[in-house]
Amino acid sequence: MNRIVLLTLFSMAILACSSDNGEETPPVDGKPDDPKEVTFERSTLLVNWADNIIIPSYEAFVTDLDGLNSAFETFRPDASTENLLALRNAWLAAYKSWQWVSMFEIGPAENVGLRLNINTYPTNIDRIEQNIVSTGYDLSLPSNREAKGFPALDYLINGLGESDEAIVSKYNEVDRDALISYIEAVLNDMTTLSKEVLASWKDGYRDSFIANDGSSATASVDRFVNDYIFYYEKFLRAGKMGIPLGVFSGSALPDKLEAYYKGDASNVLFLEGLSAVQDFFNGKHFGKSSSGESLASYLDALNELKNGEDLTDLINGQFDKAREMVSALDPFLEELENNAVPTQMSLAYDEVQRAVPLLKVDMVSAMSISIDFVDADGD
Amino acid sequence: MDSLRKRYLTKSVEAAPLAVFRILFGTMMFFSIVRFWGYGWIDKLYIRPSFFFSYYGFEWVKPLEGFTYLLFAICGLSAILVAIGYRYRMAIVVFFLSFSYIELMDKTTYLNHYYFISILSFLMIFLPANCYYALDAKRSPERAFQYIPVWAINSLKLLLGIVYFYAGLAKLNSDWLLKAMPLKIWLPSKFDIPFLGDLLGREWVQYAFSWLGAGYDLAIPFLLLYRKTRPFAFGLVVVFHVLTRVLFPIGMFPYIMIVSALIFFDARVHHQILILLDKVLKWGKEYFDNERVLNFPNTVTTRLKHGILVVFFTIQIVFPFRYLLYPGELFWTEEGYRFSWRVMLMEKSGYAQFKIVDAKSGRWFYVDNDDFLTPFQEKQMAFQPDFILEYAHYLKKHFEKKNEGPVQVFVDSRVTLNGRLSTTLVDPTVDLGKEKESFRHKSWILPFKDEIKGI
Repeated sequence: MNRIVLLTLFSMAILACSSDNGEETPPVDGKPDDPKEVTFERSTLLVNWADNIIIPSYEAFVTDLDGLNSAFETFRPDASTENLLALRNAWLAAYKSWQWVSMFEIGPAENVGLRLNINTYPTNIDRIEQNIVSTGYDLSLPSNREAKGFPALDYLINGLGESDEAIVSKYNEVDRDALISYIEAVLNDMTTLSKEVLASWKDGYRDSFIANDGSSATASVDRFVNDYIFYYEKFLRAGKMGIPLGVFSGSALPDKLEAYYKGDASNVLFLEGLSAVQDFFNGKHFGKSSSGESLASYLDALNELKNGEDLTDLINGQFDKAREMVSALDPFLEELENNAVPTQMSLAYDEVQRAVPLLKVDMVSAMSISIDFVDADGD
Repeated sequence: MDSLRKRYLTKSVEAAPLAVFRILFGTMMFFSIVRFWGYGWIDKLYIRPSFFFSYYGFEWVKPLEGFTYLLFAICGLSAILVAIGYRYRMAIVVFFLSFSYIELMDKTTYLNHYYFISILSFLMIFLPANCYYALDAKRSPERAFQYIPVWAINSLKLLLGIVYFYAGLAKLNSDWLLKAMPLKIWLPSKFDIPFLGDLLGREWVQYAFSWLGAGYDLAIPFLLLYRKTRPFAFGLVVVFHVLTRVLFPIGMFPYIMIVSALIFFDARVHHQILILLDKVLKWGKEYFDNERVLNFPNTVTTRLKHGILVVFFTIQIVFPFRYLLYPGELFWTEEGYRFSWRVMLMEKSGYAQFKIVDAKSGRWFYVDNDDFLTPFQEKQMAFQPDFILEYAHYLKKHFEKKNEGPVQVFVDSRVTLNGRLSTTLVDPTVDLGKEKESFRHKSWILPFKDEIKGI
C-alpha cells in the first residue's frame, strides 16, 4: 500500500510540474518558512459590531427621538415660531441620528420593518391629510407607511405653509387638535418601534447575533454584509441621490428627495449616511475615536495572505472621494432646480456609484461571501 | 490490432456492472429530481423569472410555465424506468431529452455535472443496459443476456476518464498551482467546519489542496483502471468527493461520481451488490445468469450506432480544446469555457450596470436589474459576456417598445477574477444592441490585464 501511495504522489508531482514552464517549485508569498494563515475571528468582529457600533447607535437614536418628543411637548401647548424652530432642530437631529442605524436592517429591525416604517419617502400628503381629518387611522398598517415617520413629520413641520408663520398659524387654527394628535401618533409609532428594536438587541438578539459566527450563507457576517451592501446600493446611493437625480428614469425627480419639504437637508442626511457606512466599514466605535475589528481589518487579514491590492485603502479612498464631491454640492433640491442639467451632482453620484463594485464585487469576492444568497447548487 | 480490438471492444464480459450502473444512475437521478422539486427550485428558477438566458441556437427552449412541473415529473418517472430497466430504450431516450431540455431552458443554472448527466444519458441510449437484472430481460427471456461486449462498459469508463482527466488538465494553470487560487479564497471562509476548519486558513493547506486536487483528477482514471491500485483509488474517490461535498455546495454530484466509479470494479463486486438487492426485489437473480452472450449482428444499424459513438467520443475529446481558437484569456472571456470540465476553477464575480440611451434625444438612464432578473440571474450575468449581450438585446427590445424609438445599450461592468482587483470587462463605449451573438470572438470584451499561464 505504501508503494501505491508513493506512486500516486510521485505521478501527481510529475503531472503537476509539467505545466509550469520550467519552474521547479511553486513560489510562495513571503518566506517559505513563515507559513501564513488567516487567524481572523468572526466572533470578535460580531462583538465589536454589536457592542460598540450597533447598540450604541440605536441608543443614540432613541435618545434623539426622546429629544424630538420633548421638543414636541413644548410645541404642543405653545405653537410659537420659536418652538417650531426648536421642534424642527430636534427633528433634524433625530433624522441625522437615524442615518446611523438605517443600515442595520437585520434581526429585530428586519422583523418590525423599521426602515419602511420610519423612513419611507416620498411621503404621501393626500394620505396624511385624509388621516388627519378621519382620525380613525391605524398607523401600523402597511398602507400608512408613506404617511408616517420622518418624511411625514417633514411635511407637517416644514411643508404645511410657505413660511414659518404660515405653518405656525395652522397649529393655531381649527385643525390644531387633529394636527397635533397626528404628530403625536406618528412620534409614538416611531418611538415604540425604535425602542422595541433596541430592547430586542439588548435582550437576546445580541447574543444570538454573535453566536451565529459561522460561514454559511445564513451566518451573521454573511447576512449582514449583504444587508450592508444592499443599504449602500439601494438606499444611500439610489434612494438619496440616484432616483431624485433621475439616473433610473432619464429626468430629475426632485420630489423624491429625502426631507423634500425641509429643502436644504437632503445632502446633510446623505453625508451622515455615508459617514455611518464608512465608519462601520472601519469598525469605528460609535461616538468615539477608537475602533475594533471590522470589514476593513478582515480584508487586511485576508489580504496579508493573498498579497494582493489593498482593498481597504481603495474602498476608503472611494468613500472619501464621494464625500468630497457631495460636500461641494449645494443642497440637492437646489442642484436639481437651479440646473437644467445637474452636472455637478451627476459627477458626485458617479463617485458614490464607484464604491458599489468595490464592495459588491471585490470585497465580497475576497471574503467569499455570496451576494444575495441563492439557494442552488454550484459546480 | 485485432487483439486490441478484441480486448477493448468485442470481448464478452459480464453484464452485471452495467446493470448495477443503470440501477444506481436511475435511482440517483430520480432522487435528484425529487430533491430539486422539494427545494422549490422549479418554481424559483424556472417559473418565477420573467426572462431566461438561452444557449446560442437553443433560443426556442423555454420553460413551459405550469407544464414545467410535468416536464420534471416525466424526467423523474423515466429515471425510475431506467433504474428498473422497464422499456429501457424508450425510458433513457425520454430521460435524455427531458433532462437536456430542462438544462437548456436557462443557462443561468449551467453546471458541469448537469452537462455530464446529459451526455452520459445520451451515451446510455446506445448501451445494452437492460439485458441483465432488468424488467425488460425478465419479461422476455430472449432479451436476457449474462454477457455483453466489453465496449459497453469501456465506453462508460472512457467518459468518466475524460471528465476527470480534463478537469485535471484545466487545473494546470498558474493561478491554481502557483497562487493556490481560488482555494486560497474559498478555504479560509470554511473555518467553521469541524476538525478541518482551523487548517483551512493555512497557506500550505491551500497549496496542498490545489496540487493534490489537480493530481487526483489527472491520476484517478489510471489508478481506477489498474487492478492493483483500484481499491486504493476508490478510497480516494470517496474521500475526495466527500471532502468536496463538505467544503462546497455541489449538491448530488459527489455521490453521482462515487457511484459511477464502481463501474471500474470487476463483476464479482457487482454480483454481490445484485445479490443484496435481490433479497429486497426478489426478481430471482439466477434467472439472469443464463450464460447467454449478446452479440450485435453486423448490420447497418449496428454500424450506425458504432459510428455515432465514435463521433460522440471524438467530440468529447476535441471540444474542450475549442478555446484555443479564441484570442484572449479563457478565464476572462469565457469563450470556450463551458462544456469543458472546468470545474470550480475560478472565483469570479461581477457587477454590470446598463445604460439605455435614447438614440434621438441622447437622454439616458440606468436600468435597475431587479426589474428584469432574479438575484441569481443577475449574479451569473454580471461576469459572463454572452449573458451580458443577451440581456442587452432583451433590454433594447423592451425599451424600444416602451420608448417607441431606437435606443442604444451600454454597459458599465466590473469583474474580479481569482482575487484580482476588479477591472472593466466590456468596452463601455460599444452599443451592445448592435452586436450580434455568434461563435466568433467578441471583440467588445476588453483584454485581461494580467496573465494566467497554462492550459
